[in-house]
Amino acid sequence: MGRIADAFAKANEEGRAALVIYLCAGDPSLDWTPELIAAIAEAGADVVELGMPFSDPTADGEAIQLASQRALKAGTTLKGALEAMKATRAKTDVPVLLFGYYNPLLVYGEEAIARDAKAAGVDGFLVVDLPPEEAAPLEAPIREAGLDYVPLVAPTSTPERKKAAGAVASGFVYYVSMTGVTGAKATTLDVAAESAAALGGELERPVAVGFGIRTPEDAATVAAKADGVVVGSAVVRRIAAAGSLEEAKASVAELVRGLAAACRRP
Amino acid sequence: MRATLDLPPGFDPMTGRFGRFGGRFVAETLMPALDELTRAFFEAWADPAFRGELDGLLRDYVGRETPLYEARRLSERVGARVWLKREDLAHTGAHKVNNTVGQVLLAKRMGKTRIIAETGAGQHGVATATACALLGLPCEVFMGAEDVRRQAPNVRRMELLGAKVHAVESGSRTLKDAMNEALRDWVTNVEDTYYCVGSAAGPHPYPLIVREMQAVIGQEARAQMLRQAGRLPDAVVACVGGGSNAIGIFAGFLADAGVALIGVEAAGEGLGTTRHAAPLSGGSVGVLHGAKSYVLQSEDGQIQEAHSVSAGLDYPGVGPEHAHLKDTGRAEYLAVTDDEALSALQLLAREEGIIAALESSHAIAILPKLAGRFGEGAQLLVSLSGRGDKDLDTVLGLLAERKAEH
Repeated sequence: MGRIADAFAKANEEGRAALVIYLCAGDPSLDWTPELIAAIAEAGADVVELGMPFSDPTADGEAIQLASQRALKAGTTLKGALEAMKATRAKTDVPVLLFGYYNPLLVYGEEAIARDAKAAGVDGFLVVDLPPEEAAPLEAPIREAGLDYVPLVAPTSTPERKKAAGAVASGFVYYVSMTGVTGAKATTLDVAAESAAALGGELERPVAVGFGIRTPEDAATVAAKADGVVVGSAVVRRIAAAGSLEEAKASVAELVRGLAAACRRP
Repeated sequence: MRATLDLPPGFDPMTGRFGRFGGRFVAETLMPALDELTRAFFEAWADPAFRGELDGLLRDYVGRETPLYEARRLSERVGARVWLKREDLAHTGAHKVNNTVGQVLLAKRMGKTRIIAETGAGQHGVATATACALLGLPCEVFMGAEDVRRQAPNVRRMELLGAKVHAVESGSRTLKDAMNEALRDWVTNVEDTYYCVGSAAGPHPYPLIVREMQAVIGQEARAQMLRQAGRLPDAVVACVGGGSNAIGIFAGFLADAGVALIGVEAAGEGLGTTRHAAPLSGGSVGVLHGAKSYVLQSEDGQIQEAHSVSAGLDYPGVGPEHAHLKDTGRAEYLAVTDDEALSALQLLAREEGIIAALESSHAIAILPKLAGRFGEGAQLLVSLSGRGDKDLDTVLGLLAERKAEH
């Protein structure tokens, strides 16, 4: 088992849902990234999703679009994000999942990115615009490098598509809480959590729920049934609002502590 | 009427690929909707009742077939016989309506209750709004804020037709960003909403649907050439942004090995600069808006902003079938600059009394360079994809600048 699956198993043993926290690499600059990841881990996140910024993030709402724009404006590249990962590993061994879009990975080279990500201390990949049908050229080198490949399942996914996702999944399966973009308001998180729990039983894999989870109350609703809770836009908004790295660390840590407490099952 | 679909050369319906291009690179949420659309399209396209209804609308409402016109005075200037396929005379003033009437009819058949579209120059937006008014469905159009500014008359036309226009402020505020925003809307409202894509781009099945609905241009033009010119043309020429009018006219001639197919991209301020919109001539292989094709991108895989004086060509990607036709060598892709297109627009206006769209003027601009290639008595067929009324402000502004410089 990899570090990501271990983190889910450990959280489950401790009677809580695993907390997965997203931030965008290089937002607002790459020297903040290792410090922020360490602060997020310290505050109780079980897994970190490190966003690889992309010019055309079609699955993301405004908060993460703006974070990507800030990161790209600061000159963030995929290579730079991997350097930041190396620096992060001197501070924390929290499992890190690279999260993003396919084109930068394709241009970097699928085998090269799998190899370099492994060397930089990355644990896995989630590629938003790479459905199981198109995944093989990237998924194979990722698996060979000993890293996890985390697929998405949506409320619209058919039974066959869920099975296909389960077949390529390692680490966990990411269940999208609603039809929409990241950061949108979710109205039926309880239903999403139930669907995720059922999916986990079917696929015999941990399933985390993301999209639209903003507050500890939201997190508690999802954590009651699902294996994991993903929060992104709410974190990114705090980073954007902070005037300094210290302020950002404190503000994000406060949010993560609240979310982590809410992930404990009663 | 064809009851079945002759698949394009090199196309695999299982993967939605043209050779190594195309496919489906979208969020999981949209995948079932793309499957549903693929099934619905194949069923509808094989259904004589659907095809009959569409053909009737294309004839009586759109005004097909559009004329093939021999441009004699232009021919003299070019040094070859030039035939213009007059898509500018189709209802709404461009070829875009062929596709929107078909897709909105398909949406209705699928039970969808809301139509969304992206638009660059506004021609596809106007054509979608028109089809929605005709067929009684609500329409929302996403348009980059920069394009809203430079194509203001089309914004007013869409609004008059009852559509809601969203000005997109993100990114470069042009077609690429309008398409991003349309995809975000679709992923949110996928249950009841039909996304009417206007370019031969996007995830499978859109490149196939758009090429099939635009193939009427090439089918008509081939028969008209045989009837009026007595033979097939030496070359078929069309401008390429996303590539819908080009793939439509090319489709009629793909099997005619002796007919050269020439796509004309927008070189903007020059292919040697970063300010152009020519991914086939000056880009590399990447994935944008759900398909693998040629794109304009940085070394790091970030999509770059395109530049063209023509809003309809101002797009950093291109339809996957064009990428395949480039790779196989069946089609050739050249590029002309903003300046050359502007001069061609003036030339056609003065020699033939036709004010073409800036997009279509790119195809006119390449003609003098082609004339020598096919020898004595060469015959060139050009897709005149749209009329230029929408560009008047831009054109008059540029001509004034040009005057000031000299």
